[in-house]
Amino acid sequence: MKENAVLEMKGICKSFPGVRALQNVDFTLCKGEIHALMGENGAGKSTLIKVLTGVYSKDEGEVFIEGHNGAIAIRSPQEAQNVGISTVYQEITLCPNLTVAENMYIGRTKGVLQNWKKMNAKAEKILRDLDIPATATQQLGNYSIAIQQMVAIARAVDMNCKVLILDEPTSSLDENEVNKLFGLMRNLKKEGVGIIFVTHFLDQVYEVCDKITVLRDGQLVGEYEIENLPRIQLVSKMLGKDMDDTSDIRGDVEIYDDKGAEPVFEGEGLVSNAGIKPFDFYIKKGEVNGFTGLLGSGRSECVRAIFGADKVTGGKVKMHGKSVKISKPIHAMKNKIAYLPEDRKGDGIVGDLSVRDNIVLAYQVLKGFFKPLSKSQAYKFADEYIKLLDIKTASADTPIKSLSGGNQQKVIVARWLLTHPEYLILDEPTRGIDVGTKVDIQKLVLKLASEGMSVTFISSETDEMLRTCSRLVVMRDRKVVGELTGDDLNQNMVMKTIAGGGE
Amino acid sequence: MGKSKKTLTDTALLLTITILTFVVMYACAMIFLGQSFLTFNGFFDMLNNKSTLLIVSCGLSIVMISGGIDISVGGVIALVGMCCAIYLKDFGGNPYTAILIALGIGIAFGIVQGFIVAYLGIQPFIVTLAGMFFARGMTTIISSDHLNVSDVESFKKIFEAKIIIPGLGFVNNNGVYVDAFLKIGVVVSLLIVVLLFFMLKYTKVGRNLYAVGGNAQSALMLGINVTRTRFYSHLMCSTLAGIAGYIYFITFGSGSGDNALGYEMDAIASSIIGGTLLTGGVGNIFGTMFGVFSLHTIQTIVASAGLGDPWWTGITRASMLCLFLVIQSVILAVRKHAKA
Repeated sequence: MKENAVLEMKGICKSFPGVRALQNVDFTLCKGEIHALMGENGAGKSTLIKVLTGVYSKDEGEVFIEGHNGAIAIRSPQEAQNVGISTVYQEITLCPNLTVAENMYIGRTKGVLQNWKKMNAKAEKILRDLDIPATATQQLGNYSIAIQQMVAIARAVDMNCKVLILDEPTSSLDENEVNKLFGLMRNLKKEGVGIIFVTHFLDQVYEVCDKITVLRDGQLVGEYEIENLPRIQLVSKMLGKDMDDTSDIRGDVEIYDDKGAEPVFEGEGLVSNAGIKPFDFYIKKGEVNGFTGLLGSGRSECVRAIFGADKVTGGKVKMHGKSVKISKPIHAMKNKIAYLPEDRKGDGIVGDLSVRDNIVLAYQVLKGFFKPLSKSQAYKFADEYIKLLDIKTASADTPIKSLSGGNQQKVIVARWLLTHPEYLILDEPTRGIDVGTKVDIQKLVLKLASEGMSVTFISSETDEMLRTCSRLVVMRDRKVVGELTGDDLNQNMVMKTIAGGGE
Repeated sequence: MGKSKKTLTDTALLLTITILTFVVMYACAMIFLGQSFLTFNGFFDMLNNKSTLLIVSCGLSIVMISGGIDISVGGVIALVGMCCAIYLKDFGGNPYTAILIALGIGIAFGIVQGFIVAYLGIQPFIVTLAGMFFARGMTTIISSDHLNVSDVESFKKIFEAKIIIPGLGFVNNNGVYVDAFLKIGVVVSLLIVVLLFFMLKYTKVGRNLYAVGGNAQSALMLGINVTRTRFYSHLMCSTLAGIAGYIYFITFGSGSGDNALGYEMDAIASSIIGGTLLTGGVGNIFGTMFGVFSLHTIQTIVASAGLGDPWWTGITRASMLCLFLVIQSVILAVRKHAKA
């Protein structure tokens, strides 16, 4: 092992049926270092992490840990914990039915008995030290996802781990919480913990990390000091090709001009049971607009109300100037509105069905179940869209759950495009996917709009919204607080409006 | 966000509902129906009759908390009863050593079913369905007769054993004082309830059961041995079924293929009424006890109201189960909504 290294992985290989997920990958983590693991979706980051934490068993290769002689075998998450590897996953991996304190200590204390008093006291102290607004004795399920995530981190922090893996920990946290997490990471770094940080936010990488390891298509591209790798190079290494600056993607698309276009969708005083204040909204033919605001400001709830995904409790809706009733998703679909939900695991994909079935699903529903698509038709549609959107899948019959996140997202986009909607709502279509696919999706949105489709686009990355939307509806505290167009479409105005303008 | 005020856990909430329902129901029965509800004898009769069901319900609760199910328990009770009866009658065995037979059968079922469910990953419903058929079948193969052992001399002592509670009896219509008494089974079952309560609340194994039932994938990530925990849950459930089989045997003094018919379903119903969720992760042993009591009380109430036919009992139990399932899902849904 190298000097000062706390973890060394050598020549790791892992295959799944039909996919070589990792090929001869090396990875070294030093003491007191925050090391970013970067790569596109399907690059093998998750697989590498899962091999390291014993969720998957590796086919070949060796793992060395400081304090253990020779290569060690990690066969389960339990064994990983025992050698000092702790993980905080993107999806909460805690038990909502247990208390906060139990979630921090279960599975890792010795003895047969559970000492509630001692455990609660210890947990309460850690929560207070880390400034986490949770009570040790409360049931975890009573808290928001962000707090649950922080409890997961508190658990990992308390395990005296040598290697802390943070797998996309920031995707459900707001800025304040992210800063808190970074503070925590820097403290741990001082104590000599090696941190592996997996994220899609380039800003965050450059804010806290010391080193970057880049993976691509299951292979190691290289390990770099952060100072020696400017952003644009990082992106091109991840993509494996030289790339123009993403801010130029608007270039060949005409700026939207709404003269003469009539509104496709108009909503007046729309309100749902999801806690948003009544709002007015319209979109014109060929327009791309978006809802922006901080996490929890009600962006998603607004579009869910438009689509009828939440229970609509008031307001009037017009399509092409005619009053219509939209209280269920099927009504919206019949009115040629399509909606790509934020939570693709929960609301979007049907994991065990094939890519083909997932693509034709919405079209089939719209057609009615008594007029089934023929198999050849379904294949034709599927192949067409797999090609159109460049979906990386072994075949149209592959179960969708075996695809990477970005490709799953493309399948869902394909599903809605197949219904030929007039109005497409994309809620966080680029969340948790790699830079390349992000740009693909942004380009696609602009292309669709230029062909006359109206698109509402939501993203938590303001940059992305500014690049794609010609009008932004700004929200704060579940209320629409402003609308930006033209020259006002810049980062400063957006932040000002969110912070307290518009009143 | 911020610090919210202390709220009950789902388990505690459902437990409260169960206990309140039972207390209200029993109080109403005392006021409006009187009769046996006003004497300790009535209450003790319930304990005496339901001790077997109480033990298996506890076992079912454990499996259900861990997210599984076990429908072989009724069969195991019958098999244990039959084996003990044969042992006493044909081999002149001692009723005390018959406990070992009961435990042996229970543990054997637990190991086999637990192994298949946990380590081979087969649906617990299917595995224990097979277990049920096997146990019932074996019982009938051993003997298709209804074996009555209450006349076996060595058995009489344990069969007729009563713990008389002084001062709690009542004077009946003929002016004769009737003792209030408990059978051995009651002591055993209450002991088991207390033991299991502590096991679930204060031991690692107990907490692991909740974690596995709450979210098995997360539990694995948290470093819990999920397969072993599932194995333990089935082992405990079947062992309890073995013990219940012995208690059934010494309470009713018989062995028959038809013994304890439908006990698995009553046990599942009692667990649910007691606040155990079929989806796992939520439940309490005391709740289960009150579930057993509630189910019995409502039947007695219906019978006292002059609707003694079996179908009325069935319909009443069905409505009660439905009512509780609805209450549970409504309350949990409201909670979830209040959080969001």
